[in-house]
Amino acid sequence: MAKFIVKRLLLAVVILFFVMFIIYTLTYLIPSNYVETTARELAAATAKQGGKTYQQWLEQLNKETGRDKGLVKGYFTWLWNALQGKFGESWRWNLSCTEKFSKVIWNSFALGLIAFIFEIIIAIPLGVVAAKKQYSVTDYTVTCVALIGISLPTFFVATVLKLVFAIKLGWFDIGGMHSRDFISTTATSWEAFWDVAKHFVLPAMTLIFISIGGLMRYTRTNMLEVLNADYIRTARAKGLSERKVIGYHAFRNTLIPIVTLLGGTLPGLFSGALITETLFSIDGIGYVSYYSMTTGDIPFTMFYLTLMSILTLLGNIIADILYAVVDPRVRVN
Amino acid sequence: MSKNKKKNYLSGSDSHKISKENRIITKYLEKLRNDSKRDPSQYITSMRDENNIVELDNVCTYFFTDIGVVRAVDGVSFDIPKCSTVGVVGESGCGKSVTSLSIMQLLQRPTGQVVGGEIRLSNEDGTAYNIVNTPTSVMQEIRGNKISMIFQEPMTSLNPVFRIGAQINEVLELHHSEMTKEQIHDRTMEMLEMVGIANAEGVYNMYPHELSGGMRQRVMIAIALACDPKLIIADEPTTALDVTIQAQILDLLRNLKDKINSSIMLITHDLGVIAEMADYVVVMYAGRVVEKGTAHDIFHNPCHPYTIGLMKSKPVVGKQVDELYNIPGNVPNPVNMPDYCYFRDRCDLCDHERCSGKYPSEIRISDTHVVSCHLFADKGEVVGRSQIIPNSQLLEDRVEYNKNRKKKMAESVNANGQTDKTGAREDK
Repeated sequence: MAKFIVKRLLLAVVILFFVMFIIYTLTYLIPSNYVETTARELAAATAKQGGKTYQQWLEQLNKETGRDKGLVKGYFTWLWNALQGKFGESWRWNLSCTEKFSKVIWNSFALGLIAFIFEIIIAIPLGVVAAKKQYSVTDYTVTCVALIGISLPTFFVATVLKLVFAIKLGWFDIGGMHSRDFISTTATSWEAFWDVAKHFVLPAMTLIFISIGGLMRYTRTNMLEVLNADYIRTARAKGLSERKVIGYHAFRNTLIPIVTLLGGTLPGLFSGALITETLFSIDGIGYVSYYSMTTGDIPFTMFYLTLMSILTLLGNIIADILYAVVDPRVRVN
Repeated sequence: MSKNKKKNYLSGSDSHKISKENRIITKYLEKLRNDSKRDPSQYITSMRDENNIVELDNVCTYFFTDIGVVRAVDGVSFDIPKCSTVGVVGESGCGKSVTSLSIMQLLQRPTGQVVGGEIRLSNEDGTAYNIVNTPTSVMQEIRGNKISMIFQEPMTSLNPVFRIGAQINEVLELHHSEMTKEQIHDRTMEMLEMVGIANAEGVYNMYPHELSGGMRQRVMIAIALACDPKLIIADEPTTALDVTIQAQILDLLRNLKDKINSSIMLITHDLGVIAEMADYVVVMYAGRVVEKGTAHDIFHNPCHPYTIGLMKSKPVVGKQVDELYNIPGNVPNPVNMPDYCYFRDRCDLCDHERCSGKYPSEIRISDTHVVSCHLFADKGEVVGRSQIIPNSQLLEDRVEYNKNRKKKMAESVNANGQTDKTGAREDK
């Protein structure tokens, strides 16, 4: 098993090398307006204090991103810096990329984790029930709700939730992380936590609603497949109660694909929810990366895409490992 | 082609009517089946003959599908005597497996339902369960304990994620709650050795995918025999195995049967296997028994034209033929069974005058030999006739059942002087 994991990790490094090269090439090929715009802005801002001229800024920025050395050499320069943890200064946030990241990531992680837990608690039991009572009213209702969840786009769900809970009922704020009357200097830590928690309710609800449908359908399909298997008939022929047949024999087999799927999404908790965070102005990694990308913040964009690539690769490896954990047939000796 | 299409075509209203009626009937039957507080007098009966372990009497198993009622088993009667092997033969789709699943109550519910007749399972103390009316909760104590089943596909019949030992332990834990962990482990090891697994301790900790098909079938047999059942149903136990393993598994079954004094109901379409194993043979065709008797009766004096056809279609070693024999024609459509002999259109002995009548009765032509064919109408005593249970009768039963429930409810209300709210709601 250890050998298998090491092999997969080494392979992941190779894949990452080429993925990052493609990403670097793409950002390199973006019309250089972004760099020029940034240089011009910086020059204008510092001109009064007798700072660098536009040309000097342009040279400095190109040097920072390694763009003055050409594509291949520039990539290796960037890679060498990145390996040392130096992703450079973010142009948009005036902070180093890693600093900005560590400031916002826990907001994203908390939001993602809440949504993930609720998704599992709600979707899996519903899927099992729908499969158990196939073609019943329960099944059709659950399937229908799931389909709505899958089909509605995030911005629509978010807007409806805002309309109902923020505007009509006035229970929550429309967006942001803190209430308008929240004064950070006088609040206790409990009050601060409570204030943030209240602002997480609507985004979490949005995330849960849109992700529940997929997982539920997945559970239902797999459960149905397992329930028609011969070993379920064997379990019944042993005289086991229906509860034991479904809850133990069938569910243990349904877990194989579900655990694999969920395990693969675990690293995704760190990648943030770009659309939802933006819609609710939650200061998370998704929101920050969105603004970095739209304003042409090349260092931060590179940093975020590196992170995403690593998380995706990690997700695949975790899925493979978990697959071996839950299914004895694929265990590698 | 176009004619055929028209015959099988269902208009929207027809299909709606069928599924509505199906829903009403299956709902009623499910309610009966799940009623765990059912009065035992409704399912405890007594055996007709104490020497039998299981008696089937006019068993009807229907599938309520969207294109109509499929009468998969339609008035099947035969007995399984103690410590004997009964072979059930017939071509694919003739209701062999459905008969066995009816005995176990393992049909694909709610579509598949045993709607009538009696399946009596002897308790060996004068009483018997009528499995047709036994609620699921009681049935769970019978399955795996008094009747157990070996399935066709050993490759997929074991749960892939549990160890072999755990799967055998499970059935013991369920039916012998008085046994300690060590006792269960010892019994499992004993079973594994009994079914001829050499490396029992190793296999105990293995997963099913680490075993071959023959080994898995041995494990299935170990599970089936763990609780010393009175009846073992083997549903084509050797079909998926290669020939040398087949012989081993059959040998094993025969020896074990004698060791634990149980009966075997052996389902197969291999006449060679039947000849070797069975004491009694039941020949089924299109959901009905066409001929039954001792193995000697069936193999040396086959009477029903279908049995004769089956015997003829068996290739004989050493005999040169240009073409192997097969029975011409097809089984009639199970949704629309004719009311005359089901085999008439394929029969080469068919006598148009006599065979034009209703479906033939069962005729006893010797002490042990029963055949249902018009050709033997005057050669023996009529012993019975298979019955169809129409939907209308089931619907009437349902009305009756609801009436009785209401009456009971009303009585209990009067006795208690207060309304049983939950009961009243259920009644609606």
